Amino acid sequence: MAKKLMKGNEAIGEAAIRAGCLHFFGYPITPQSEIPEYLARRLPEVGGCYTQAESEVAASNMIYGAAGVGMKVLTTSSSPGISLMQEAISYIAACELPVVLVNIIRSGPGLGGILPAQSDYLQATKGGGHGDYKLIVLAPASVQEAVDLVILAFQLAEKYLNPVMIIGDGMIGQMMEPVEFPIEGVGPPLDPGNWALTGCKGRPKRIINSLYLDPIQCNEINLKLKAKYEKIIANEQRWETYRLDQPYDVLVCAFGMMARICRTAIDELAQEGINVGLFRPISVWPFPYDACYQAIEKAKRVVCIEMNMGQMLEDIKLAARGSREIDFYGTAGGVVLSPDECKEKILQSLEKTQRGGKSKARGKK
Amino acid sequence: MKKIFSYTEGLTSKTMHYCPGCTHGIIHRMVAESIVELGLRERTVGVAPVGCAVLAYEYFNFDMFEAAHGRAPALATGAKRARPDLILFTYQGDGDLASIGMGEIIHAANRGEKITVIFVNNAVYGMTGGQMAPTTMPGQVTTTTPRGRDPKEIGYPVRMAELIATLTTPAFVARVSTHSPKEIIKAKDVIRQAFKYQADGRCFSFVEALSICPTNWGLSVREAEKWLQREMLPYYPLGIFKRPEDFKEDWKHGGH
Repeated sequence: MAKKLMKGNEAIGEAAIRAGCLHFFGYPITPQSEIPEYLARRLPEVGGCYTQAESEVAASNMIYGAAGVGMKVLTTSSSPGISLMQEAISYIAACELPVVLVNIIRSGPGLGGILPAQSDYLQATKGGGHGDYKLIVLAPASVQEAVDLVILAFQLAEKYLNPVMIIGDGMIGQMMEPVEFPIEGVGPPLDPGNWALTGCKGRPKRIINSLYLDPIQCNEINLKLKAKYEKIIANEQRWETYRLDQPYDVLVCAFGMMARICRTAIDELAQEGINVGLFRPISVWPFPYDACYQAIEKAKRVVCIEMNMGQMLEDIKLAARGSREIDFYGTAGGVVLSPDECKEKILQSLEKTQRGGKSKARGKK
Repeated sequence: MKKIFSYTEGLTSKTMHYCPGCTHGIIHRMVAESIVELGLRERTVGVAPVGCAVLAYEYFNFDMFEAAHGRAPALATGAKRARPDLILFTYQGDGDLASIGMGEIIHAANRGEKITVIFVNNAVYGMTGGQMAPTTMPGQVTTTTPRGRDPKEIGYPVRMAELIATLTTPAFVARVSTHSPKEIIKAKDVIRQAFKYQADGRCFSFVEALSICPTNWGLSVREAEKWLQREMLPYYPLGIFKRPEDFKEDWKHGGH
């Protein structure tokens, strides 16, 4: 299949169609508006339906309805819009409906700015809305990976009947890269199973609901969800490592585009004879704690670099189990670190290991 | 002997939780009967609100959603656009539709979603215990307007049917009442028309049903019926505000 040069946002829209999604509901917001624009043009060509909602509140409830009647459905937005969707996301997770959401993250808090950031990590991975629920959250580091993860997102949403969110920063949305689509044409429709509201012809009525006034029943629903999340934790951890096959003193932990920038810094350091490892989670929920720990274990020190004020840092600390010192470096507001700046931060961590700043575990010995 | 009346197949046998004298049960029955009479039960999907009718999904005998507070028209939009062959309706109260869900209802109406909306207006928040609604009458005492609703402070009640009828797109907009058997017979006919229009592929149909709330009004059923007639009817006139036949498709010339 021939590679095509595409803008990240447009490639995400096309990937949804290739995954078999023919329904989109959304609201314009920078820096993701090219996704609805692309789909407004493209969906009617493939017999799909594009609808511009009056708000993200409405868009997120529209996907609740579309998924509830058994159709693959997508919404996309950026940070302030995703905040408005949290109510519906909680309902959709509670009702166990397969939807895919894309957050092309811009800087916050508040109206923030329109430039790239990674500051919705905690909102995406730790809840965001009310109640005990989890989204499967995937973080691509290239336009090609965004395409692949959108297709995977529809498969996982259907497999686990759970909302899946792609988190990319504004860079992924705005940059152009060559991409290849693994599926030709429009992918298969959703299997409506025994849950979708398709009209009660020849069967008893069905209800899609998240109200359980009986505390015992509500507890049972929460336990059922927890069992599902444990299954997802066991089966769906994804990550990438780089240069872990050679000894390293410093391990860099980064996700999404920040990991890609760090990789350039790591390559440059390798040319200077300094080997540094990289751990990049692809599924940020479920977070690959064990794989991350194995990478941390071989290092003297860890540096976590993010385009936020230290959000994935909390997961890296959990993964490290207190065994290593973890340095953090982050920027916000749309300030993107250059490879040189990353290099400088990595070297600072390296220097600390050489000054005798050993890991906690080794220090105790 | 010829059977002239039976319990509708559109309702389950579940005992309803509504207070004595509440007209939700009657409105449920009119909706259910209309859907069954039009032969639509097996392709109908209803959307229950948050409010007194939150458990409506237990009572209607066809596929049902339960929506977030006020969002039923957005949910129904998504469902209907994904499956245009289904019949979609929302059943909402005045807090759900005219307060927290004002944005969703106006835009669903204005887009001309091919759904039917049943709006129950009893001038008060019922489930939460009798607070002021956007439809509460001037001077009406509620738990949050203990000295009566003062329009100088909080404005006048919203007339939803008239508001929606100002939009060019919606096909059918009506207001009915449930304060007497005569009005209930008329209301049933209007609700049936609304579903018929949807089945015929017409866009957005909206029926506002004035309803009594003896519990939160602090009145007996008879007194409540009189209060509705005396206080609500002059402000919320009954009638059909819009029909598809009135609509001329001239969008190419900028609408009308």
